[in-house]
Amino acid sequence: MENRAMPDKKGYFGEYGGKFVPETLMPALDELEKAYTEALDDAAFHEEFKILCRDYIGRPTPLYCARQLTAKMGGATILLKREDLAHTGAHKINNALGQGLLAKRMGKKRIIAETGAGQHGVAVATVCAMLGLECIVYMGSKDIKRQASNVNRMKLTGAEVRPVNSGSRTLKDAINEAIRDWVSNVETTHYLLGSVVGPHAYPMIVRDFQAIIGREAIEQMLRQYLRLPDYLVACVGGGSNSIGLFHAFYDEKEVKFIGVEAAGQGLDTDKHSATLAKGKTGVLHGTKSYLLEDKNGQISETHSIAPGLDYPGVGPEHSFYKDSGRATYVSVNDAQALEGFKLLCETEGIIPALESSHAVYYAAHMAADLSPDKIIIVNLSGRGDKDLDIVNRALKI
Amino acid sequence: MSRIESVFKKGHKALIGYITAGYPDIKATPRIAAALAESGCDIIELGIPFSDPLADGATIQKASFEALQRGVTPRICLDIAHKISSKVSVPLAFMSYYNPILNFGLEAFCTHCQKSGISGLIVPDLTPDEGQELENISKTHDLDLIYFLAPTSTAARIEEVAARARGFIYMVSLTGVTGARKSLPPELESFVKRVRQKAQQPLCVGFGISTPEQAKRVAATADGVIVGSRLIQLIDEDATLSSLRAFISILRKALDSCENNR
Repeated sequence: MENRAMPDKKGYFGEYGGKFVPETLMPALDELEKAYTEALDDAAFHEEFKILCRDYIGRPTPLYCARQLTAKMGGATILLKREDLAHTGAHKINNALGQGLLAKRMGKKRIIAETGAGQHGVAVATVCAMLGLECIVYMGSKDIKRQASNVNRMKLTGAEVRPVNSGSRTLKDAINEAIRDWVSNVETTHYLLGSVVGPHAYPMIVRDFQAIIGREAIEQMLRQYLRLPDYLVACVGGGSNSIGLFHAFYDEKEVKFIGVEAAGQGLDTDKHSATLAKGKTGVLHGTKSYLLEDKNGQISETHSIAPGLDYPGVGPEHSFYKDSGRATYVSVNDAQALEGFKLLCETEGIIPALESSHAVYYAAHMAADLSPDKIIIVNLSGRGDKDLDIVNRALKI
Repeated sequence: MSRIESVFKKGHKALIGYITAGYPDIKATPRIAAALAESGCDIIELGIPFSDPLADGATIQKASFEALQRGVTPRICLDIAHKISSKVSVPLAFMSYYNPILNFGLEAFCTHCQKSGISGLIVPDLTPDEGQELENISKTHDLDLIYFLAPTSTAARIEEVAARARGFIYMVSLTGVTGARKSLPPELESFVKRVRQKAQQPLCVGFGISTPEQAKRVAATADGVIVGSRLIQLIDEDATLSSLRAFISILRKALDSCENNR
């Protein structure tokens, strides 16, 4: 966990961020920020997080050299940061554990969360089981259908999964419903938000708990390769795995950041989730950031084959990275993501999540155009077991 | 004194009625607004429908969704407001989430509001912490930016809102979303008193109020009552608006019975 100059006191990364929520929630946000600040100063909190990261999550996750993939593409070396090997199969557990411990400190016994792909929901349900907290997960009914295995995992670990039937019945609507629950039960409940979105201090807190990914990667690079990588590539929905990888490298200006958004059925259609590519500044779910909206300020319905990327907003820190040029944002469509999925399965025997497959596809094709002395780290943010139904249907296996 | 503030003169207990613009359809809204004013509403709160109304319960969510399906936009809401204000003399306030206003442009939105006869803005996801810009611009267009307070608000937040709210302070009766409730929390009176010690503005209580008994209880300590979801339900139940008129008249009587005891 680390603190940098950003966000500022009001929760802004440049012109993005802030706290746009109903008055009822403002005191809870202040309480959360205060509890987090106090936890940062408490060595015992850090120690407990560290031990559970090692013994419960299984950190550090390996930095694996994808030799077959590298050979096949014939260019830069491709390394995979294996967040798919973390307990519950994705990076989401890092933040779920951190905020779970924070909720305990605050004396909140009821946890609510939203989930898209179900990876955050599973991580929260798991942590709540381990810490003895009540857990309710809001999930769009469309996502419940396409990520059924994760719904089962949440139920097995004792969570209640509440289907959300409003709007596009995906992640955006699950967040709306979670916020409505929080407004109604704010005194007893912690909202365990799963990405670097939402009102301040969430984008900072989630980033800090995920920043362990990048810190480990730096250590592993220096130990295994005696140097830093040239490129970091990660998929961006809300943006927590990418910020998690990027953040510790922020001051290493020679390391280039590439965020990969979901182009869905194409950026020229309205069926995509490429917020940074196609959006403009707006306010959704408590934060000011790039946003996909129509000409009247209504939030757009998005699409991606990867439920975890299917979101019209993006974390405010990414909007800042985009404007300042610190990161470059590109997009990969559904068909390309499926290609990336197959490519990693066949070359490395690793089944990636469809979200991460976007990053795999982009990095692989980028590697082909680079010289062999370059190194790319891809954040393999999750494993793909949850996606077999979608993939089977799409590839007609 | 602004148009909205003048409603509360001499201890008059204000009745504020919320309706979603363009629900059940665009033509119906001016007719419904006229019915509200004729039966005893002092201020009409006109909701601009939004795709993600996260402070609203099921009733207003559904009304917003259906209005959007019919193609209602902020511009159409401004047209509707213009029609209402040319026929009806009670002040109008817009209720809108922040994003549609931001998308319209704060200055352009306030200019159009003023031209359409709008007197106040209620923005549920905008607190004083983020409201300075809209506060400044709305002031130059004679629009009251009405801030909220909630039972969870701390003393420091109450002071901040008391220093900056215009028109009235929107007091959220309970920790929750909008929608009719069977009962209101027992702490309501102490909440109103707590705010009264710090604030000079009229205090109007909303969220959950759906019966004349509740309205009367609220008006015993507060200066006004805001009713929304129940009105939408009555519009759904009886398209002739007779039930709506009858309900507003009963609320009016309930409020009049507790006037001047502030």
